[in-house]
Amino acid sequence: MRALTVLKPGLLTTVQDRGRVGLAYLGVPRSGAADLPALELANRLVGNDESAAGLECTLTGVTLRAEAALTVAVTGAPAPVRVGGRDADVGLPLAVPSGAEVAVGPARTGLRTYLAVGGGVTVPPVLGSRATDTLSGLGPAPLRRGDTLPVGPPYGSPAAVDVPALYELGGAVVLRVHPGPRVDWFTAAAVRTLLAGEYAVSPTSNRVGARLTGPALARAVDAELPSEGVVLGAVQVPADGQPLVFLADHPTTGGYPVIAVVDPADVPRVAQARPGTAVRFTEGVSGWT
Amino acid sequence: MLTHRAGPRAVLLECADAAEVAAWHAELVRRRDAGELAATDLVPAARTVLVDGVDDPVALAETLAAQRVAPVAEIADAGSVELPCVYDGPDLADVADLWGTSVDGVVARHTGTEFRVAFCGFSPGFGYLTGLPPELAVPRRPTPRPRVAAGSVGLAGAYSGVYPSPSPGGWQLIGRTGRVLFDPDASPPALLVPGTRVRFTAMRS
Repeated sequence: MRALTVLKPGLLTTVQDRGRVGLAYLGVPRSGAADLPALELANRLVGNDESAAGLECTLTGVTLRAEAALTVAVTGAPAPVRVGGRDADVGLPLAVPSGAEVAVGPARTGLRTYLAVGGGVTVPPVLGSRATDTLSGLGPAPLRRGDTLPVGPPYGSPAAVDVPALYELGGAVVLRVHPGPRVDWFTAAAVRTLLAGEYAVSPTSNRVGARLTGPALARAVDAELPSEGVVLGAVQVPADGQPLVFLADHPTTGGYPVIAVVDPADVPRVAQARPGTAVRFTEGVSGWT
Repeated sequence: MLTHRAGPRAVLLECADAAEVAAWHAELVRRRDAGELAATDLVPAARTVLVDGVDDPVALAETLAAQRVAPVAEIADAGSVELPCVYDGPDLADVADLWGTSVDGVVARHTGTEFRVAFCGFSPGFGYLTGLPPELAVPRRPTPRPRVAAGSVGLAGAYSGVYPSPSPGGWQLIGRTGRVLFDPDASPPALLVPGTRVRFTAMRS
């Protein structure tokens, strides 16, 4: 049987793919891999369609046993990898003999490490996606010890070479931002503060959003905002003035004003920022003020 | 209707009222179905429609800002749903006080109203139902309940709603229905999609 057995699930390991885009009008969050390019790279490395489901580990890694000869690849936050007790590399297709253990260790930098398997993880899809949505509970539960994850038939040969787009993680994160729909609800000073201040990723961050702590952003409009649709990467400012960047499991609507939107190309960087990481915002387009 | 920038892939339309939201949402769905608009998500809300996953939001905003849209009744009818409801919620007496009527008066008013799903949010399949006049708006509970059962029928502001799944919640609970509100295996998965007309009927437990 092509399958992976979970020996150690780690802090939080979930099945992820591209998520449930297109159902926000029913209140269904997008979900999917928080660092989607990393999962897509892992899929290419094992010869999968980029849309196949893989695993997203959080900080502490995961240990699995292959129940058949499989091909895996590890991307995202760099971590030590061992296959059958031998050291192995991230960013390369790895042949795993039947019965061998695949151990992904704690991330050295960054937050989320991805593991793709040739054929993809084929748990039953829910609304067209196998992603675990930690906000709504749709999709499979986070991995537990002893779980068996079915693996599909291989799509094709593993990639001989892929450009291993393994970017450096760690250090300060600079995010390009565009004006948000409610930038006018903030004072001019708050906008300057957003673009000049230094924030830190809070330990209360999760797949819903990266919560930031730093200089508070003051509102110019005190009215209550009726809930409105929000996009991935929206920088929402709750009553305490501390910004929150919405990630994959963000709610479909929100009742706090959105001052800015992180450029889609930079969302994976904030998704990979572990608690304590310094975050700065920079103008993604001209005409901010 | 005003347009707001919402990043490099989206536009937020801000409408004058819920009727204009319904009209723009229905019109944008029609355009997308007809191949005239490429967007991944069209998300109506209380006063806005989010158009997400578009290639050129600046051009789209300019185009839409110059247009008017027909009232919703002339565009779309998303069907009707009847929800049998046992009116025995823990906040029924409080709502009666807030409305200046009796428990029977609340039931008569709630069953006598034709609601319409204005938008979904909060959780999958949670429809915000409009139809009550603004003077019957009620506040949320001062302290949200840690767990509200699936099928609970509630009120908050001038909205009514039904919890599709167990969750924390601060709405005033007046009753419960046995209908399944969200089923991932159904198509569409939500019973109450935007535009659906909804009537509650009183039943004994």
